[in-house]
Amino acid sequence: MQPKEYQKLVQENTPKPAVVKNMVWAFIIGGLICALGQGILQAALQLEDTKNEAAAVTLAAMIFLGTILTGSGVYDEIAELAGAGAAVPITGFANTITAAAMEFKREGFLLGTGARMFIIAGPVIVFGVLAGFFVALLRALILGLF
Amino acid sequence: MSSNRLGMQTISFSKQPRLFSFHTLVGPLEGKGPFGQDFHEILPNDHLGQKTPEKTERLMLELAIQKTLDQQNVSPQDLQFYIAGDLLNQITTSALSAGSLGVPFLGIYGACSTFCEALGLGAVLIQGDMAQQVLIGTASHYQTAERQFRYPLELNIQHSQTNHHTVTGAAAAILGQRDFGPRLTLATFGTIVDKGLKDSGDMGSAMAPAAFATLKQHLTDTGQKIEDYDIVLTGDLGSQGSKMLKILAERENMTGLDRFQDGGGLIYGPGQGGGAGGSGSACVAVMTLGYLASQIESGKAKRVLVIATGALLSPLTVLQGETIPCIAHAIALEA
Repeated sequence: MQPKEYQKLVQENTPKPAVVKNMVWAFIIGGLICALGQGILQAALQLEDTKNEAAAVTLAAMIFLGTILTGSGVYDEIAELAGAGAAVPITGFANTITAAAMEFKREGFLLGTGARMFIIAGPVIVFGVLAGFFVALLRALILGLF
Repeated sequence: MSSNRLGMQTISFSKQPRLFSFHTLVGPLEGKGPFGQDFHEILPNDHLGQKTPEKTERLMLELAIQKTLDQQNVSPQDLQFYIAGDLLNQITTSALSAGSLGVPFLGIYGACSTFCEALGLGAVLIQGDMAQQVLIGTASHYQTAERQFRYPLELNIQHSQTNHHTVTGAAAAILGQRDFGPRLTLATFGTIVDKGLKDSGDMGSAMAPAAFATLKQHLTDTGQKIEDYDIVLTGDLGSQGSKMLKILAERENMTGLDRFQDGGGLIYGPGQGGGAGGSGSACVAVMTLGYLASQIESGKAKRVLVIATGALLSPLTVLQGETIPCIAHAIALEA
């Protein structure tokens, strides 16, 4: 059988992912994580003077939560159900760094954890910074700030 | 060509070496699966008190070897070769396990097909009077394989229905000329089959054509049909690969497809989170020496064909856009 023919056969016979179910779960769990973040923000606004400070507290709290849930082996179980609902919020970002840090601890703190903890999160940071730069450039051009 | 060869790729062993001593051990998850009672030993946990899963994998293989040797009072000096392989870079689990044995070591890499490759090579050495007794070993561990081929364990990943779950387990066996144990009568070494698939998340579909090619060649070489075997055990096509193998066989009007069983597809029960099924070099090994051997011993099966498949990819080749080269080796075991 020709490769093309077999590839077509595989395509026809591969189970389709349960898109609707996955979307519903992503919406519910992702929404819950965001609602929790919003709740923390509201509480922080009572304590902090400015909105920026309250936002910083919220982010730190959510990162802490994502890290604790990863360290206790719960976050990957949540993600199995929620998919992008667990990956997109900042708790998911905390998960990628914590998971890598835990995984590579076996090779030591310096060359294991230290060298490889951004192995998954690295691209997000690199392209996040890059995107931030270009958006800022665009904004400056449009508003005529040069 | 010598008289030991049949057709293009098959070797017939007139000496019919026997698997006279063997031991399988599996992790707790595999032990709870539908074939738990067929394995010789179920580990209480998946770390065995070791600091890293790599060390655990090595210990598992050493334990399997020790139990295999003890069972028939074989000492390492009685062995002429130790053939082993695993899934880790530079097959370090096998090399480390060979360190304390002091037996000439042949390390092989066949991914999940390692077990049949090792058995076939062992039988060749015995048939050729190069050895009297050959030790075979392989091991895999879920946590080491995830690290080697996929992502950190605790990462937020949603697995698909075609993903495999690497079996935590180890198996060892001694092949030699005794008057008990399953006889190894035929071996068909496979060629690389590459249908251009690139999805490392669906190795079953990639490997099915390799399993089919080796099966077809084996039947042609030996002039048999599938019905000549009580069980044809593939490993590890999983549910998706098994489906593709059936489709390929049906298209060529093969009969006896009810004899097909798949080690990867069987080892986990529903709700155990195995995705398409088990994989890893230990999977087909523990299913053969655990499940199949007990079927042969109890007389439920007299002749079985084991077709171990391997997806010979690496994380590097996947990222560089290479296709997945696949292989399948078959061995026939008889009561």
